[in-house]
Amino acid sequence: MTDPIESLVRGGTITRGRRTRNHVATLWMVGSMLLALIPLVLVLSYVISKGVAFVSWDFLTQAEPFGFNERGGGFWNGIKGTIKMMALASVIAIPIGVASAVWLVEFGRGWFAGTVRFVVDVMTGVPSVFVGVFVYSFVVLNTGHFSTWSGSVALALLMLPIIVKGCESVLLLVPDHLREASLALGVPRWRSVLGVVLPTAAPGLVTAIMLAVARAAGETAPLLFTTFGSRVVTGWTSFNGPDSALPLLIYRGARSAYAPAQERAWAGALVLIAMILILTIAARLITVRKGKVQA
Amino acid sequence: MSVKHAALVLTALAASAIVATGCGGDTKEVTGQSANASSAGGSGTALNGAGSTFQEPLVVKWSGDYGTTKGAGSINYQGVGSGAGIEQFTKKTVDFGGTDAPMKDEEIAAAQAAGGDVLHIPIALGAVVATYNLEGIDELKLDGPTLADIYEGTVTKWNDEAIADLNDGVKLPDTDIAVVHRTEESGTTFVFTGYLSAVDPEWADGPGQSKAPKWPVGTGGQGNDGVAAAVQQQQGAIGYTEISYALQNDLSFAQLKNEDGEFVQASLESTTAAGEGFDYPDDLRFSLLNSKTKGAYPIVSATWQLVWADGAKAGQDKATTAEIKNWLTWELTDGQDEAASLDYAPLPKDLLDKATAAVDSIQGD
Amino acid sequence: MVVLVVLGLMIWFTTMRSLPVVQATGASFVTSSDWLPSAGDLGTLSFVYGTLVTAAVAMLLAVPVAIGVALFLSEIAPKRLRTPLAYLIDLLAAVPSVVYGLWGVLVLVPFLGNHVWGPVSDHAGGFPLFEGPATGRSYATAGIVLAIMALPIITAITREVIATVPSAHREAALALGATRWEVIRLAVLPYAKSGITGAVMLGLGRAMGETIAVALVIGGSSTISASLFHPGYTMASVIANEFPEATGDHINALIGIGVLLFVLTLIINVGARLLVWRTARKLR
Repeated sequence: MTDPIESLVRGGTITRGRRTRNHVATLWMVGSMLLALIPLVLVLSYVISKGVAFVSWDFLTQAEPFGFNERGGGFWNGIKGTIKMMALASVIAIPIGVASAVWLVEFGRGWFAGTVRFVVDVMTGVPSVFVGVFVYSFVVLNTGHFSTWSGSVALALLMLPIIVKGCESVLLLVPDHLREASLALGVPRWRSVLGVVLPTAAPGLVTAIMLAVARAAGETAPLLFTTFGSRVVTGWTSFNGPDSALPLLIYRGARSAYAPAQERAWAGALVLIAMILILTIAARLITVRKGKVQA
Repeated sequence: MSVKHAALVLTALAASAIVATGCGGDTKEVTGQSANASSAGGSGTALNGAGSTFQEPLVVKWSGDYGTTKGAGSINYQGVGSGAGIEQFTKKTVDFGGTDAPMKDEEIAAAQAAGGDVLHIPIALGAVVATYNLEGIDELKLDGPTLADIYEGTVTKWNDEAIADLNDGVKLPDTDIAVVHRTEESGTTFVFTGYLSAVDPEWADGPGQSKAPKWPVGTGGQGNDGVAAAVQQQQGAIGYTEISYALQNDLSFAQLKNEDGEFVQASLESTTAAGEGFDYPDDLRFSLLNSKTKGAYPIVSATWQLVWADGAKAGQDKATTAEIKNWLTWELTDGQDEAASLDYAPLPKDLLDKATAAVDSIQGD
Repeated sequence: MVVLVVLGLMIWFTTMRSLPVVQATGASFVTSSDWLPSAGDLGTLSFVYGTLVTAAVAMLLAVPVAIGVALFLSEIAPKRLRTPLAYLIDLLAAVPSVVYGLWGVLVLVPFLGNHVWGPVSDHAGGFPLFEGPATGRSYATAGIVLAIMALPIITAITREVIATVPSAHREAALALGATRWEVIRLAVLPYAKSGITGAVMLGLGRAMGETIAVALVIGGSSTISASLFHPGYTMASVIANEFPEATGDHINALIGIGVLLFVLTLIINVGARLLVWRTARKLR
């Protein structure tokens, strides 16, 4: 075997062997791309075709019927629970997340900031089921019961590292000369962060936050141990009892043998994906608009 | 400012951590049924129950109808398996438990220590059927020993001689048998393995009768519903469920040989037959397996709800105890009329009388 | 700073809950596969085994495809197609795991169980890896679902890593008359190698920690079986399945499994992040 680079230099012409290898490799890459799209197309087409057939106004406004084999009814208890939980989780995670990101970018120096950054990275990889188990031992066991807000805590914990990472990369994009200009005017560091850096980065921050919210909205595993599920529709201000969530109801439907339950699960999956996509697309649009303004 | 903010949160977290460890160690057990009374609808008191999935379709449907009757509260029943039902009832995290396996003496002793005497209130009879998924085969006959061999993993093909001998003229496929069982502690499993133990000595000496035996082979399903789903999705699968799950999901189920040596199809009639001519004990703990009655299906069981004999002794308030009596009475009257339409057999007259008397005897309301 | 505290709390509380049970069970907590909580048997080996097997199947399927996609997107795809195709792959990551689970159990399980695994098993002639009875709910099906879920992560990180390869390297190779594949092999892969390894490990971490989708398609059996077509359990899925019904020691043992899983994924994640970071730093 000759050194490949040497043969490149010496050869000059492209031999048949090299061409074949190039073709095989190209085929592999193109083939991979197509192969990767197959599951996406399959999953989405099933969810859309089955989901559309069973989504209705009732589905969005009623809870499940009492009879196992009854059609009709819907997932309103879960949709409402998910909205409640996402709202509370956002209230918990966004201030902490944004503050951590600001600290990392504006004040974070040295090994400590490095460690924090690293832990945030690692935390994005913590299995969500473990977060659920943790909140169960930390919150549920100490309060004595499952509740909407313990579910929110679990979701907030999942959102937190994503928000920190997303916001950090957005804040890094804020040009240094803006900071310097503000500081040169004698504005204290913290005021220039509040008055200059954050407003400049605002659209990007919103995008990062919305992506984190979208990610957490689909989580199921942590809710099994924290909100538990409930057949009844709970009130908007009830946070202390067991509650339902859209992903939980989809999960229960997927486990069932009853056709009506499975149908509702498909419809629920469509609603959930629609919620997530709307959030994701809206988040991207905000950044795109901002990009145009700057250009 | 961010540092200050972070410091604040930090302090708060640290404080909560200290508080939490302070009272940590042996915190109480938790379930989803506690502390959500206020969130449920209805005008009366809300009751929480949990346990058997054998009775879940019946109880959940009943709870909807009961909720519409005058002065009734709301019933929230979670199907978590009989084992968890007994456990949660004993720990008083639910107002009533649901089980298809009567409590064992040591379980009763534990409950007595926690809240006094326990009443077993039967609410309906049901059959446990062997459901299977074989294309084109609507009728299949099995006997106890063969069923036990399948669950032991010694009969592994559908065209095994043991099965073929029972099914003259049926063209059995050369496919593997995929065994499905329950994963959690289940009363349905208790009834099913009780039958296997009674008819097959090897099963009795091996896995035995249990709410959760050590399964030699098979896939696990969650609840009756999960077993039905697993059978539905796999050709060549066999599982066991309460009959309503099989009927409502269009699953085929096998005829079983009973004590008389005749093959019996599980149905409302053959389930009811199993409950006839039986001398019910006063504590209402009994087994209807292998009934000697003609035409009776061999794997039949009552399904019970567990309540405290004296609500006051168990720490229940008067309203809750009164509501429990109201609910149980409704189950034994209006509920019985509706049972058949949900594929459960109503209680035979003599059992119903004893059950009603037991409900009336509840103290503390 | 809060995140450090939270991570600390996570480890502290779950460990405290589960320690007594794990101590009482001793070494057999991880060396025994006897899992019968009602009788006090709490050996978790079969769950560890299931986690490793399904993750291995997933990586075997996902890695070549994911790297192929990443290379396609960063090296040979027409410029106009890159962004939309990359969005589609990101979309794969945006689909919640419960939706993969729903599709997996209602579509994939019956299809594979009734039309694919059986025939494969029959033709494999008793080869232990493919032994029957083949069921749709199995290690193999779980591996496929996990592969789909791990793919977008591996692709995304690999692309990030490849993007840090200085264009001077590519241009140098091109100037020597290299084919596109040779550019990738000589200029891109050597530089990105440890970063790509990191990406694969992150995918592995995701596959091992995934819960809901696996819980729906793996069957649920605490026996260890060599056959990929048999049902099993993973650490994450047994927690999800048994938690709602568990009480007492059973629950604490499940929390213990959670801690074990956390430690395993933590090791993998830390290793992966270190590799990705090193690549990025080396190039800086």
